[in-house]
Amino acid sequence: MFDGVKKPILKVDDLKMHFPIFKGVFRRKVGEVKAVDGISFEIYEGETLGLVGESGCGKTSAGRAILRLYDISGGSIELNGQDISSLQGDELRRLRPEMQMIFQDPQASLNPRMTVASIIAEPLDEHKKLSKQQRMARVFELMDAVGLHRDFANRFPHEFSGGQRQRIGIARALALNPKFIVCDEPIAALDVSIQAQVVNLLEDLQEKFGLTYLFISHDLSMVRHLATRVAVMYLGKIVELAPRALLYSDPKHPYTEALLSAVPEPDPSSLNKRERIILEGDVPSPSNPPTGCNFSTRCPRVMDICKKEVPEFKQLDDGRHVACHLMD
Amino acid sequence: MTDLNTNPIGEIERITVSENPRSQWWDVWAQFKTHKGAVLGMTFFVLIILLVLIGPYIWTLAPDRPDLLARNKGPSMGHPLGTDQLGRDSLAQMLAGGRISLAVGVVAMTLSLVVGSLVGVLAGYFKRLDGMLMRFTDLFLALPLLPLLLVIIMLFRDTLRAAFGLEAGIFILIVFVIGITSWMQTARIVRGDVLALKEQEFVLAARSIGTPPWRMIMRHILPNVMSPIMVSATLGIANAIITESALSFLGLGFPSDFPTWGRLLFDSTNFMTLSPERVIWPGLAISLTVLSVNYMGDGLRDALDPRIRGR
Repeated sequence: MFDGVKKPILKVDDLKMHFPIFKGVFRRKVGEVKAVDGISFEIYEGETLGLVGESGCGKTSAGRAILRLYDISGGSIELNGQDISSLQGDELRRLRPEMQMIFQDPQASLNPRMTVASIIAEPLDEHKKLSKQQRMARVFELMDAVGLHRDFANRFPHEFSGGQRQRIGIARALALNPKFIVCDEPIAALDVSIQAQVVNLLEDLQEKFGLTYLFISHDLSMVRHLATRVAVMYLGKIVELAPRALLYSDPKHPYTEALLSAVPEPDPSSLNKRERIILEGDVPSPSNPPTGCNFSTRCPRVMDICKKEVPEFKQLDDGRHVACHLMD
Repeated sequence: MTDLNTNPIGEIERITVSENPRSQWWDVWAQFKTHKGAVLGMTFFVLIILLVLIGPYIWTLAPDRPDLLARNKGPSMGHPLGTDQLGRDSLAQMLAGGRISLAVGVVAMTLSLVVGSLVGVLAGYFKRLDGMLMRFTDLFLALPLLPLLLVIIMLFRDTLRAAFGLEAGIFILIVFVIGITSWMQTARIVRGDVLALKEQEFVLAARSIGTPPWRMIMRHILPNVMSPIMVSATLGIANAIITESALSFLGLGFPSDFPTWGRLLFDSTNFMTLSPERVIWPGLAISLTVLSVNYMGDGLRDALDPRIRGR
């Protein structure tokens, strides 16, 4: 499946995103929250990489760090073969059209004082010199592409439903013809029936414009529907990265197993047959992760070595990557 | 058989496809018009401005010409608002005074608003400037204002008068002094709002688009902190007019032959028992101006917020 013919559009190597904690009168640095703690993966052109994990595991931070909305703490990010991990200011600005983001909360991600037309046109104003007619033509084109009526151009975000707002956000992300889009839980804040519409729209757009997605979500069923490969995150690290079919049929990492067993089952007859793995305890604090494997405190199959050594993130024979001592 | 050609409900309404977005200012005006208080306030404010601008050309009596035969007179045909203790016409003085009071109010308010918003936005948006600018604001808040005003005026009055002439010199001084001593509240409020706004996702979205800081402030931050700025502005005019009156009262504002509403008010307090209407006119003018500006600000704030617009 991945025989090296496909070109990686994004290459992330040992990416770290640590947020400092300041305390006391003198605001001294007393520690850091290791939101993303050394993740590595590649995304190939035209595919969708699903990034899943529970709340607070660093999915969103990873997405934002990849787009360089934060100054990263370590590691490297390569977009189309260009290292963007230390670019600043204008150099970074010039690369913005290549990579865009769709945000989680469609209400909060649109400026309430701007009309739909000006929201969608903002990227055009920033990066392209278009005449007024060209600009409006492009805005209408984008509105058509995401299924918004042209009459809505003058309206304000608060006049729309959640799904429509998300469409505005998507149109804005598409405005500059990016090749790579980070979708940061684009459906989490939406109603189930609307979720399907937005996901279908994302699929259609991917086909039409040849987009590459990093699809961040905690909804495993949706990721199964959309993703080509899936990466599972736990406490700032990727524990398993595998092609979709493999991951869902035969999860290797105990955390992936537990996560998959928690997916709601729509068929009541098969509900009883299923064995649920219930994890004990809470996620450890990312400012003070356990020694050894991050999952060792809750793992049902924990061994002595797990509490001492950090498991290596390595490739198995079937092409997937797992970070677990059980694989040794 | 029913006739299919007639529609009992009427013609189907044509949906017009707007090719270009209409100007937002049209919407703002439409909403502003629905606010009765605001329209009333604006009408009154415009009226006052026209009165003080055009009035002196119609009512041509000089405000500073004493008429010793007609001192402390009540309202009459020759002097509709009466005369003061030197026989100067009160109406002429009110009109001339209004020019200066309004000019001081508007200019000083603009100055304090610009300084306050600038400091507030910079402190809120750029973390590196925050500590310094806010301590600077605290410093100004901690200064005892009246003594400061007195010292500034004592020090600079004569130099400015020499440079810009008697009238302009003192005007610049008063406006400047009021402006730089009243921007702190605006700065604090704006900073707080900017801090909250900066964490909103749409600001992050703009960053991901590559909007540089300056345009980020102009496009995303400033329009969203419009409400507190608007409120500060309306209160600022009132504040400036009243501060100017206080300065005139202390003999440090405009010279006494130079009428302003505040000056007239304070001059008249001595004669309150003799002719109470002399206190009422400038007092009424100040209060009504302040009130009308407040209502206007109220209406403008609502009209500028698209979430309220259209309700």
